[in-house]
Amino acid sequence: MRDEPLNLVISGSGGQGNVLAAQWVGEALIRAGRRITVGDTYGLSQRGGSVMSHIRVSKERRYGPLIPEGRAHVILGLEPVETLRVLIAYGNRSVVTLTNTRPVYPQGVIAGENEYPSEERLLSALNELSERTYWVPATEIARGLGDPIMANVVMIGALWGSGVLPAEPSTISAVLEDRLPASKLEANRRAFDTGFQWAVDSKG
Amino acid sequence: MKTIARDQPGERVFMLGNEAIARGLIEGGVRFCAAYPGNPSSEILETLASVTDELGIWAEWSVNEKVAMEGAAAASFAGVRAVASMKQNGVNVALDFIAALALSGVKAGTVLITCDDPGAVSSINEEDARFVARIADLPLLEPSFPDEARLMAHYALELSERLGSLVVLRSVSRLSHCREEVVLGEVPSSHDVPGFDLSSVWKTFPVPHYHRKMHENLVSAADEFETSPFNRYEGPDAPDLLVFAAGSSYLYCCEVLGLLGLEERVGIAKLSTTWPLPTAWVETQLARCGRILFTEEVDPFVEDSIKAHYAQVNDRLGPKRFFGRSNGFIPKEGEITPDAIAAAVVRVLGIEGPAVDDEYRSRAAKWADEILPPRAVGFCAGCPHRASFWSIKNALKLDDRDGFVSGDIGCYSLSLFPTGFSQSKVIHCMGSGSGVAAGFVKLRDQGFNQPVVAAVGDSTFFHAGIPPLIDAVHHGADYLLVILDNSATAMTGFQPHPGSPRNAPGAPAREVDLEALCRAVGASVTVEDPYDLHGTTETLYRLLNEEEGVRVLILRRTCALVQRKRGGFPYKVEVDPDKCRGEECGCNRYCTRVFRCPGLFFDDRSGKAGVDEVICVGCGVCAEVCPHNAIIRKEINHA
Repeated sequence: MRDEPLNLVISGSGGQGNVLAAQWVGEALIRAGRRITVGDTYGLSQRGGSVMSHIRVSKERRYGPLIPEGRAHVILGLEPVETLRVLIAYGNRSVVTLTNTRPVYPQGVIAGENEYPSEERLLSALNELSERTYWVPATEIARGLGDPIMANVVMIGALWGSGVLPAEPSTISAVLEDRLPASKLEANRRAFDTGFQWAVDSKG
Repeated sequence: MKTIARDQPGERVFMLGNEAIARGLIEGGVRFCAAYPGNPSSEILETLASVTDELGIWAEWSVNEKVAMEGAAAASFAGVRAVASMKQNGVNVALDFIAALALSGVKAGTVLITCDDPGAVSSINEEDARFVARIADLPLLEPSFPDEARLMAHYALELSERLGSLVVLRSVSRLSHCREEVVLGEVPSSHDVPGFDLSSVWKTFPVPHYHRKMHENLVSAADEFETSPFNRYEGPDAPDLLVFAAGSSYLYCCEVLGLLGLEERVGIAKLSTTWPLPTAWVETQLARCGRILFTEEVDPFVEDSIKAHYAQVNDRLGPKRFFGRSNGFIPKEGEITPDAIAAAVVRVLGIEGPAVDDEYRSRAAKWADEILPPRAVGFCAGCPHRASFWSIKNALKLDDRDGFVSGDIGCYSLSLFPTGFSQSKVIHCMGSGSGVAAGFVKLRDQGFNQPVVAAVGDSTFFHAGIPPLIDAVHHGADYLLVILDNSATAMTGFQPHPGSPRNAPGAPAREVDLEALCRAVGASVTVEDPYDLHGTTETLYRLLNEEEGVRVLILRRTCALVQRKRGGFPYKVEVDPDKCRGEECGCNRYCTRVFRCPGLFFDDRSGKAGVDEVICVGCGVCAEVCPHNAIIRKEINHA
């Protein structure tokens, strides 16, 4: 598949920080000289629904905020089932998928009406539908670094570590510097570096 | 100075569509901004309210959209440029005033912004608010991407002032919630002092005179649109197919033609001034081709206007075939997508579609079928509404007379679903829960004997819930009005409302006293804390059985998301594994199956309930729900 534009989806469940993560990634890619459009779908998401941001990365053109079905190059999931949901709609044989392994259980699962798939089944589905899959224990890594809230920064680190983006790590470092208070910068840098290295070592 | 207010022409800033609209209004010299929150429109006023001090402008969350529009009109009469912004439903609320304002006209530039929600992702309906332009004979603008939205918001103010007419700017979710780099223009530095000119009169009489003026305005607007830089044709001189792409569908069309390799065969007429039609420009486009496809959000608005115009000039233009939403070439319901446009183009031209990897798609579909659980929306962990509807459910059950809830618009609309124990049986529009409840009980003399509970949030009550309460008191209607007072317009992002101690820019504001207001119109008022399930259920039961007029019960508890930001809750909640009897209890997982707080889970391995420490906020309400007292809430001391 052509990679002009490069299509990246960030998905998660309401309240996970999906929209902010997409904004940061978009800003970094602008620093790398790309033309970016980000389209967010949230609606009622704060009430526990699915959230998704489409990021269109172009060398020069303006693209619309929706990726056509089956045409994502990269899927970054903040929650495993939401990663799979987006992969099913936007995936193809050459897609690279990264997901945080930590589930956020949907209402129906909590109530015992639906089953949350086992890790084994989820991984089979992700592997079968992706060219490369990164199964990142981001929440655990972030907890180890002091705060599970940094899981998204670990995931963004893994995204850069996977080598799929046309942007140097310095571009996202500059965004973190801009966006985070000085007191939180060091810990988040560590979270980014750890995620980056995790992806480099695991090779998907 | 905040970026949005900075006078640095040429600077490129990555911003949301709604921020770009706000920036365009600032560049157009807007001085009065009013709105009622609603997805996808809210960020426009939020952005303007964040720079009131820097720019010396007024920005408010009005009590409702009609009052927002009235305030904007007054500012205009006083010579100050103004905006009222809202979602599609808000246009319905404001319509009575808009219809009259269209006749009287405006002085300083005034813009009505409607942000429609195609697909009704967070709305009660899927409505095309462009109808207001036809009803009220108003010029209508539809930008295609954020930077154009900035330019068109500025242009809308200028056009309005030139014509002396309100101008409508229409956005949709995909534009409002789309982010791109925009290029800042200049911010005006000087402003006139507002004042009302006593020689001016703003009225609608004699109506035929003003109605004629409205029609003349449309002719002037159409003339101006003939050469508008916001409309353009892209493609071959004699295409096989012409697509009229209105507003946000334009970029999808460009991409689809690229994907299908049809840039040399299909032309795009990008149309962003959609009412009144620039008819000469439209005829020039129609003359290019015999097959015409329309792409636009929600209704066939442009499609119908162009077809109606064609009916008058078909002798000159020859036969045409039209395709769009009205004949199902574009799906009649739901949001327009690049895929829907591609399918329509392929079908009209009778060509091969883009290559689809059927084997991959069928494997994906198989996984979706086999393991993908749905993710339904529900009340947040610790939400006071869950507690409120839990008590309402139990009180109505105890009462045992087939009582039910007439619901309203807000987070608590989710009481239609299991997260709110499926208690609400009637839900329509802002404030309607109370009026509908009163209607039921006015049938008492004819034998209607079920109790009715109206449930409305605080912001919605202020917005449209007060007239039905007055009506009910006057008619002696006996129902129970529950005001779910969580001190926020929570659904749309915690904006302040008239009961809040702060206004839109964050300055102190006088709180309107809910209790005093309800008592003043003659309703009895009781206040409870919904977190006290037992006490709330008892009060509800007692009030259900007091059959004298309207009883108001205020269930007051701050929104859990707001509470979390303010320092959280005083409890740590745990399940005592020795007390939880799991599957042997007989409760059949009561806490997770029925109460359904996302902070709880049932651990299949241990066979016991548990608390998810990342999601649980520590409200402690579930401790009262467990029949075996296995859920423990421990007080914690905040450092």
